[in-house]
Amino acid sequence: MILWGDILKGLKRYYGQKIIWYLVTLVFAIILNFALPRCMPGNPVAGLVGKAASGMTDASATEKIQQEYTEKFGLDKSMPEQFFKWAGAAIKGDFGVSFKEYPKPVSEIISESIGWTIALQLPAILVGWFLGNLLGAVAAYMKGVFDKVILPVFLFMSNIPAFGMATILLFVFAIKLGWFPASKAYGYDLIPNMSWTFIGSVIHHYWLPFLSVVLVTIGGQAIGMRSMSIYELNADYVKYSRFLGIKDRKIVGYVFKNAMLPQITGLAMSIGTMMGGALVAEIIFSYPGIGSALLAAITGQDYPVISACTLIITIMVLLANLFVEIIYGLIDPRIKAAQQD
Amino acid sequence: MKNMIKQVFHSPKFVVGFVMFMLVFLTVLIYPLIVTGDPLEMIGNGAFFEPGTYVNVDEVVDSQQYKLHIDAKSKKIEKDLDQTTRDDMKEWLSKFGGVEESSIDTKDTAALLKLWQDHYSTDIKMTGLTAAKQKYFKRLGDTIVDIVNDEDLSIAEKDKESGELKEKTKIGSNVFARVSSISNRKTFILGTDNFGRDVLGELVSATKTSLKIGFAAGIVATLVGLLLGLIAGYVGGITDDIIMFITNLFTVIPSFVILILISYSIGNSRRGVGLVAIIIGITSWTWTTRSVRSQVISLRNRDHVNLSKLSGHSMFRIMICDILPYIASYVVMAFILQISTGILSEAQLSMLGLGPSTAKNATLGLMMNWAMQCSAYLNGKWWAYFPVILVIAIISFSLNLMNTGLDQVFNPQLRD
Repeated sequence: MILWGDILKGLKRYYGQKIIWYLVTLVFAIILNFALPRCMPGNPVAGLVGKAASGMTDASATEKIQQEYTEKFGLDKSMPEQFFKWAGAAIKGDFGVSFKEYPKPVSEIISESIGWTIALQLPAILVGWFLGNLLGAVAAYMKGVFDKVILPVFLFMSNIPAFGMATILLFVFAIKLGWFPASKAYGYDLIPNMSWTFIGSVIHHYWLPFLSVVLVTIGGQAIGMRSMSIYELNADYVKYSRFLGIKDRKIVGYVFKNAMLPQITGLAMSIGTMMGGALVAEIIFSYPGIGSALLAAITGQDYPVISACTLIITIMVLLANLFVEIIYGLIDPRIKAAQQD
Repeated sequence: MKNMIKQVFHSPKFVVGFVMFMLVFLTVLIYPLIVTGDPLEMIGNGAFFEPGTYVNVDEVVDSQQYKLHIDAKSKKIEKDLDQTTRDDMKEWLSKFGGVEESSIDTKDTAALLKLWQDHYSTDIKMTGLTAAKQKYFKRLGDTIVDIVNDEDLSIAEKDKESGELKEKTKIGSNVFARVSSISNRKTFILGTDNFGRDVLGELVSATKTSLKIGFAAGIVATLVGLLLGLIAGYVGGITDDIIMFITNLFTVIPSFVILILISYSIGNSRRGVGLVAIIIGITSWTWTTRSVRSQVISLRNRDHVNLSKLSGHSMFRIMICDILPYIASYVVMAFILQISTGILSEAQLSMLGLGPSTAKNATLGLMMNWAMQCSAYLNGKWWAYFPVILVIAIISFSLNLMNTGLDQVFNPQLRD
């Protein structure tokens, strides 16, 4: 009972450290987001001006465009000044105005698409992660058909990129069988509202993108969980517990809890890669999320939108990571112990 | 070393992966020797020709005719009447022909046609239908007349002076041509793509470029990761702290994002195959650094390393001679994974339109991107993208299998 206070203190310290670390990472991510495009040979504004002014013969008009863009980007100021102006606006959610859909603010494009992306990716990655761990544990413990057939099949599928899986599902279930719609997140004839028809249409459109992320996630998680489980099943404490006569069921519980811990860290580390894959899968279904917005921005040379998208993706990945680490702190007894002294 | 290789080739997983990878690799090497010519030549005038053998029609008409006692006509009718046409026939017959709907079997071609010929007439008024639908049924009637028509086909030539058509030959429904005696043939095993290029040849050439990108990216990533990991692990102290800080930063900040930012800023004109490979390489070294560092830390206080230090060997020599041999297996494993990551990253970048932008090269990602831009996905032109996905999956799967096999050889705890 006395220990509870210490444990809480330990957890607080752990979380404090984590949050500070992620804030520092965020600052670096923002700096990278600002600096990378500007460090490259030939600044982006020159390219943009060239594009906007193409076909213009009037030199003074070209110059005026150049001036306008330079002012908009604050290129006449020093680098640090530019950065603070840009970062200050970005923190307030002001990413400027889209070039392609002028004068629509970038924040509007982002806020229209971010909900779709989160609603698609968060459940898909979690479900894929959970099913993968389940399959891995079952394959390690039961062996047989799980280990020899089902796991290898999912393992092969996990090597198909998410967008590849998306095209396969699209071809089979949308084009050939016609069970699901092929693109967009809801029917063409609907306006987003809270009616049952709309929600039904959203769910109907949700299945294929969701499944394409889930199916490619399972294999990679399963193989990790399988080897961790085998490792734990052969550990000395298992043999000792068997020797003591502890029931198998109870031992298996311990084993899988221990095997899970590295899997949680693994989730934190691979969440960025998974999201990257899933974003491209969105494109296949023209799902109106960040991935599609990013593609449209890249094809349309819409620099402010690209910059905002990459920043938002980074922030989402950082938040997801932080969240996983918080959960990890609650589950892993070693963290509480380590932070007490 | 010899013993180690022997051991590695005893691992079934490694062997299966190795064989799969070598099959792809050898195909890429050998195919261009057999099928010479530019793999990216735009040979088809039009997009997405279906897989199959194409023969020259002019030559078929002129070639020797063989009469076979085969009922070719009914087979052709069977093929020409597709399911929608049959369903529409059924709809008309039940609505206007006065036939009981349940007595119509759309699968039985002969019976269906008989019903149609008995009941269909252009005189029957189609009441209660839109004008468009009425016109559609009229067209349907004409189409069926064409399909069923059993008269011989005439081949005519235009007289140069009078412009009159002169019949040259007649082709009955049971006349055949011998395929092998037609010299103008072209087989597209996987059809053609949106540019009219032979998908198979393009795929082989794309696989080659993608493998090159994977290897180059893998080498860059492994070298950077190895160097940083060795220094961080061996030197320790503040150097280690700084390197690990940077490594942790780039582990959490998604490399996907950095890839997009760099690729976009470089601009379309400068983004060649080599540059894309290098960009992918310098964004994916973090895993190697982490694993090398932790290995080096466990090695740096071993007796043989201390002995080397006492003998006054330089840091460089200790790293190369005393530490590297122990972590070589990890480095090879990391390298194998980097290749597959590199190929996948290229594919993802290309899907976003940030892939290599040279017209002279195809990569697996670019092929997917082209197929997407020409909406091959939505039109069911499977041959333009399924083979590409399969190749990506096979390469990635084989490399992962090799990695797992190696892992089991070098980490005995993981063996089953």
